[in-house]
Amino acid sequence: MIMERQDNKDDAAIRTQDLRKAFGEQVVLNGVSLAVPRGQTLIVLGRSGTGKSVLLKLLIGLQKPDDGTIEINGAEITKLPLNELNEMRKKMGFLFQNAALYDSLTVEENVAFPLRRHTKMKGGELQDRVRELLARVGMEEAMKKMPADISGGMKKRVGLARALALDPEIMLLDEPNAGLDPITATEIDELIRELQQERSITSVVVTHDMRSVDTVADRVAMLNKGSIVIEGTPEELHQSDDPFVMKFMQEKREEK
Amino acid sequence: MIAKETITPAPIARPEWRLLTLLNNTFEWFGELGVFLVRVIRAALTPPYEGRELLRQLDEIGAKSLPLVALAGGAIGVVLSLQTRDSLVRFGAKSYLPIVIVISIIKESGPIITALVMSGRIGAGIGAELGSMKVTEQIDAIEASAVNPHRFLVVTRILACMLMVPLLTLVADCCGILAGWLANTLVEKTPLQLFISKGFETIGFDDLLPSLFKALVFGFIIGLVGCFQGMRTSGGTEGVGRASTSAVVLSSLFVILADVVLVRLILMLYP
Repeated sequence: MIMERQDNKDDAAIRTQDLRKAFGEQVVLNGVSLAVPRGQTLIVLGRSGTGKSVLLKLLIGLQKPDDGTIEINGAEITKLPLNELNEMRKKMGFLFQNAALYDSLTVEENVAFPLRRHTKMKGGELQDRVRELLARVGMEEAMKKMPADISGGMKKRVGLARALALDPEIMLLDEPNAGLDPITATEIDELIRELQQERSITSVVVTHDMRSVDTVADRVAMLNKGSIVIEGTPEELHQSDDPFVMKFMQEKREEK
Repeated sequence: MIAKETITPAPIARPEWRLLTLLNNTFEWFGELGVFLVRVIRAALTPPYEGRELLRQLDEIGAKSLPLVALAGGAIGVVLSLQTRDSLVRFGAKSYLPIVIVISIIKESGPIITALVMSGRIGAGIGAELGSMKVTEQIDAIEASAVNPHRFLVVTRILACMLMVPLLTLVADCCGILAGWLANTLVEKTPLQLFISKGFETIGFDDLLPSLFKALVFGFIIGLVGCFQGMRTSGGTEGVGRASTSAVVLSSLFVILADVVLVRLILMLYP
């Protein structure tokens, strides 16, 4: 019976309801409600400083909302004790804005970090898995290098490999192509799209780059002043007559 | 053009307000430290244990500090020998030189010099390392990988400090006593064996253990303050600089304050 009831409910891997978050006087999120259907990719667009990164950090429990609920696979994560939250985090991959690679570890060790802690893999098996992950993002050559010795785009790739290490059901990507040249940015977008199709991962991608919308997104939401201005398919975004959306799109077109 | 009426003089902070803010910040700091300590203890008592990282830290904190601590211990030995010799000669008590050197190094100079040198080297190191990990989101990344950053980063560093400061204190003690003998024998030839046997005539384990316990507490303070300042870093690169400076200043200060309390306590327990 219970199963049936769950099936009837639409199958959203991530659902937030009326999320609010403020830092002191500054309100960052002001009632954000979103739902990401399983296996789909939602792009959250918005200018810098509109609370996009905060939204992602709330989704993986790195920060707590002041109000509102976050459901991941049907579980309300704001109320979970730490050990259960950690179980949930193992099913999620997070790519940080600047990749956040551990700079005291080599590229190889960075990717091995989650595997060492949450799987029983050791020695050759572990090394094979790390090699496979790095090969998937085209970084096999740099295995022994330190993060300080590789470029920004390469760091993002290694960050992606690390986020994929535990075969996550959900990926959260914070500005995956910010600060990269247009060609590398497109390559990263294409890589994300391929990975999503291969593994049918549910993703939330935060960006201010319109190019990603056409490559990566199933759905798009636009944040302004802590609230969702529009949520829909990329086509709906392009056709929107909301003044803020139109202004944002025009600015981005001019930037190109 | 700036309209005249928008320029208002900055309010002058009254001294009593400044004092209140300072008090408030101090209480806040201690409150946060308490919460941090509870988290660290909870993380330390529950598995999994981060053996690999602990070993790395033992090497980083212990083995790599060895030359510095040995040098500092030796220097103190030489200074003590030269100064004490001068004073003892005035009182005609030159034969007490070995025992004075050994007692003062083992009981006080060894642990405190080791702790202060380690505050500088390790306090700054931990503060800067954790601080930069914090501002570059590496600590968030650890947490997002379902690993407790307190267990992985903080417990390992504090434990390494608690193990290594007493061991390094023993090294500083040995180097201090040897250098003390060397400085003395250059002025007046004395066999090392005689110097040692005279020096340790009245010294027992009762003298060594409390001072090693003291070193353990110093290690705990250095690790705790360094990690706490590092983990609460904010404000980019500038914040990292502030974290490492404050880690050194505060850990040195607390080491000295703890010394005062511990000396009194040890005198009460081992009269």
